[in-house]
Amino acid sequence: MSRNADNWLLKVTDLTKIYGEPNENTLALTGPEYNSNICPETDSIVACANISFDLYPGEVLGIVGESGSGKSTVVKLLYLDMEQTSGSARFMPYIDGSINMLDASSQKKRYIKNYLMGMVYQNPRDGLNFNFTSGGNIAEKLIMAGNYHVGDIRARASDLLIKTEIPVLRMDDQPVTFSGGMQQRVQISKAIANDPPLLFLDEVTTGLDVSVQAKVLDLIRELQQDLGITMIVVSHDLSVIRMLTDRTLVMKNGRVVEGGLTDQILQDPQHEYSQLLVSSLL
Amino acid sequence: MVENNKYTNKYNFAFIDEATKKEIRRKLLKAVAIPGYQVPYSSPEMPISRGWGTGGLHVTLAIIGKDDVFKIIDQGSDASVNACNLREFVHQMTNCKTTYNTAEATLIQTRHRITEEELRDDQIYIYQVPQPEPLRSVERYEFKTRQMHGEADYAKMWVSLYESYVRDGDIMLGAGYPVMVNKRYILAPSPIPKWDVPNLNHSNALHLFGAGREKRLYAIPPYTIVDPLEFEDVKFHTENFSGTECYRTGYKKAFMDELYFDDGTKHFLINDSNFLDKLAEDMEPKQHANKYIDQL
Repeated sequence: MSRNADNWLLKVTDLTKIYGEPNENTLALTGPEYNSNICPETDSIVACANISFDLYPGEVLGIVGESGSGKSTVVKLLYLDMEQTSGSARFMPYIDGSINMLDASSQKKRYIKNYLMGMVYQNPRDGLNFNFTSGGNIAEKLIMAGNYHVGDIRARASDLLIKTEIPVLRMDDQPVTFSGGMQQRVQISKAIANDPPLLFLDEVTTGLDVSVQAKVLDLIRELQQDLGITMIVVSHDLSVIRMLTDRTLVMKNGRVVEGGLTDQILQDPQHEYSQLLVSSLL
Repeated sequence: MVENNKYTNKYNFAFIDEATKKEIRRKLLKAVAIPGYQVPYSSPEMPISRGWGTGGLHVTLAIIGKDDVFKIIDQGSDASVNACNLREFVHQMTNCKTTYNTAEATLIQTRHRITEEELRDDQIYIYQVPQPEPLRSVERYEFKTRQMHGEADYAKMWVSLYESYVRDGDIMLGAGYPVMVNKRYILAPSPIPKWDVPNLNHSNALHLFGAGREKRLYAIPPYTIVDPLEFEDVKFHTENFSGTECYRTGYKKAFMDELYFDDGTKHFLINDSNFLDKLAEDMEPKQHANKYIDQL
């Protein structure tokens, strides 16, 4: 798909989240050049500041950085889990990207989340309801998008479970009885249940053992190729980023220090911190 | 000489003081204005403890007038202990006429049943509600359930119905089957059996719900659409009494009690005592009509 200035899917401009009460110097006194995101004058914490990027349909964007660099904050802001301090995000499927979706009412936000986005959290407990069966968890997403036919719901759920290599026999078991890798795959099934145009993946393989990691990554890559879902992948792990993404933003202390094609960043990192990241890749 | 009888009565008319009654009436007006919305209210102290029918009693005492005719049933019966005591209390506090006859009553307070006899538009039906929050079974925090109601975010409720169907092959909710009122709020219709739920839809009477312990009032105004939650392919249905009939009257289309006699034989008896009496006396009480009864 051609990428030009007009056909973006998501346009993020100056996204900022600050905890505490900042003053006018807060943004100038924090960031990678100070190696801190705590404002020395006000003690307010800059979780992320002035994040801007465009995301194009079918693209997979990686956000990489050490823990505390603000990468999860960016995803939570964009998935509307928390409110921004300032900045805007326009999302093409939502009223043709004409208004800032971050300022929508909570009803509208829930509509966006249910119909237009999917999210896979690091911890399956955040994305799944462990009191429901795995089929029920997928049903929740489908019901939220207005599907009230049990037969259709179950047919869709078993399709998704087959696609994510979970035995359909276990559809009516609770995810608490599943292994970590299976839980993660149920979470992915739930996230893609109503074919969202945009999928967020927040540290999806962290905490899984390497063989399971590889399976989950394979699955995500297959889904991306089959369904062409646009994704934002957050990870501290450069090998995950290398495997999944086309383009990468490197974050440190709440700022984007470098952005570009993933291969380019891995081959020829420009920023000091990116160089450190790449050189520490095992 | 002008006679002062201000202090001849020990209690104010209908027990509750006028200011508090006014507060409850205001909250009831709000509840009627937003069908299905749970309105917080004061739930003042009563001579019975909260959770023993105080919510219903608050509503009754706040709206009862000297000309009202009061009927109260508990599990369909005018004669159970809870009904008798509350009837006696309301009578003592208001000196209103009380009755067993559903057709004669203007105010009917209930626990667990709607009368089999059809209600009229000059009657008010008052429920004693133990748990007003239909979402409590899927969400334990009040601030969250309020948010869910505010945003009509009922997916969890629907998933629990789905799960029940998957686990047991049917939606295994007996009393208090959740309903959607006016296509907006999910409401717990007090613990009335599924048999009674369709009778809330487009009812002639005003239905008022009081939960004294939880301090909530809510209402279903007359002629409001009330839909039991059901899937497109898994439908709501009422209790199945097929093959049974009332052993006293031979009647089949009513909610039945199951009785075991001393010789171990099983019999069925119409649960609504006034309806049973009327049938036994060969009167012809007009029963609620709904598509579930009509199918029988």
